[in-house]
Amino acid sequence: MTPLLQVKGLTKRYGARIGCTAVNFDLFPGEVMGIVGESGSGKSTLLNCLAGHLEADAGSVVFDTRAEGPRDLRAMSEPERRMLSRTDWAFVHQNPRDGLRMGVSAGGNVGERLMAVGARHYGGIRAQALDWLDRVEIDADRIDDRPTAFSGGMQQRLQIARNLVTGPRLVFMDEPTGGLDVSVQARLLDLLRGLVREMGLSAVIVTHDLAVVRLLAHRLMVMKSGQVVEAGLTDQVLDDPQHGYTQLLVSSVLQV
Amino acid sequence: MSDYNFAYLDEQTKRMIRRAILKALAVPGYQVPFASREMPMPYGWGTGGVQVSAACLVPEDRLKVIDQGADDTTNAVSIRRFFEKTAGVATTTKTTEATLIQTRHRIPEEPLTRDQILVYQVPIPEPLRFLEPRETETRKMHSLEEYGLVHVKLYEDIARHGQIATSYAYPVKVEGRYVMDPSPIPKFDNPKLESEAIQLFGAGREQRIYALPPYCHVVSLDFEDHPFVASKADHACDLCGSNSTYLDEVIVDDAGGRMFVCSDTDYCEGRRAAGHLGRLAAPLGQENAA
Repeated sequence: MTPLLQVKGLTKRYGARIGCTAVNFDLFPGEVMGIVGESGSGKSTLLNCLAGHLEADAGSVVFDTRAEGPRDLRAMSEPERRMLSRTDWAFVHQNPRDGLRMGVSAGGNVGERLMAVGARHYGGIRAQALDWLDRVEIDADRIDDRPTAFSGGMQQRLQIARNLVTGPRLVFMDEPTGGLDVSVQARLLDLLRGLVREMGLSAVIVTHDLAVVRLLAHRLMVMKSGQVVEAGLTDQVLDDPQHGYTQLLVSSVLQV
Repeated sequence: MSDYNFAYLDEQTKRMIRRAILKALAVPGYQVPFASREMPMPYGWGTGGVQVSAACLVPEDRLKVIDQGADDTTNAVSIRRFFEKTAGVATTTKTTEATLIQTRHRIPEEPLTRDQILVYQVPIPEPLRFLEPRETETRKMHSLEEYGLVHVKLYEDIARHGQIATSYAYPVKVEGRYVMDPSPIPKFDNPKLESEAIQLFGAGREQRIYALPPYCHVVSLDFEDHPFVASKADHACDLCGSNSTYLDEVIVDDAGGRMFVCSDTDYCEGRRAAGHLGRLAAPLGQENAA
């Protein structure tokens, strides 16, 4: 089976400082990979390098494209990369304001990707927007409201709908539940887990919340100071941490 | 004549503008940057159009200037006088007699011919400006042909108003490539963008020139189930009776009285001179009889 994403020796430096260094992993179709670590450990840098938002300094990221098979993203032209990020990829930001157009109605937000890939039938676009609002549990009568009128949890769900409407195969998520209260988090995680199963999505989820990876991720990478210190099956890493930092991380989770 | 160089601008500046115009004609719809000069009029009064006109004028030209369809409003009168003074060219108000027409917000009703040039005054040349404020990003969107956002704007119109409510500066796609802002002409005029004449667009403050060569293919963007409509007020002209022209609504008293008149004054006068009469018109020459 061809991995959907093959990462080899990925390195990003900010001058003399290390963003992330020598990261290797394979992501297979339908697999969810979690990346945990403290603030400043290079999780978001790694994610942004994968998604093409940042230019990596060394290494390769090979994505299994629909049309031409495995291609190195760093060797791809910008139009191709942007096309990928509109169709086959999705990026869910921590703050929905970064991922949504706040001045455009919910329907327009969901429809933007469809229109970007050439949908030109208003009724069709609207029907698909309604379908997706329903799937992320937003009432149909809110379709013409702007995201500014939505609660934080609704905004995050709208962002997910907007990203998944073109049927991507790979989703990047940067702290998807950060800044939401616990009950809303639980609902969002339920929703995400359902969508990932149903659509057979692969995902890379960056978070510092171990409960999130326990629930969503099949495999886990633990990062510290730009390096991957431990990787393995999620339950294995969390139940039997080997590296000192992982042990610290697991033991510092608050118990209720 | 006068102490000015012909048509006010110095020859080097005209040369620079002509190069920009040639490039704009070679890449229809692409916004060519140019080093816009200070003109003796405020921004927003047609500094871009005036510079393009100045670069195109030759002494044999006959100039017509339109402001919102009319020849006798402030902007039109002052620009016409400007070129009478600095270039000494002949001027006219007749569309058919003019060789170079500078316009603001309208395309003449009379179809243009192959030996005419139409110069538009453009306030904001970037069709994506109100959707994406970053210039770096809009340039990238143009170069990568990422125009989904224009349709988001039209989608919002339909969602909010039940139809495409954008009525002027209606975005068009030129030769299947660049999305272009046709300057704030009413969308009624959009079909006339496909013309025999050369059409040049000058934006002075924004320092951009773009162009439509003759017979250029121009498509107004729309949805399959909400097609583009070149709309106008549903009336006939009260002066000349024409059913097919773009109309201005004029309030005539404070009791709700109103009349609709052609916005293109030259076309309207031509029809009245030919004997067409609208609902409220007296025959030409007898306006003050009563």
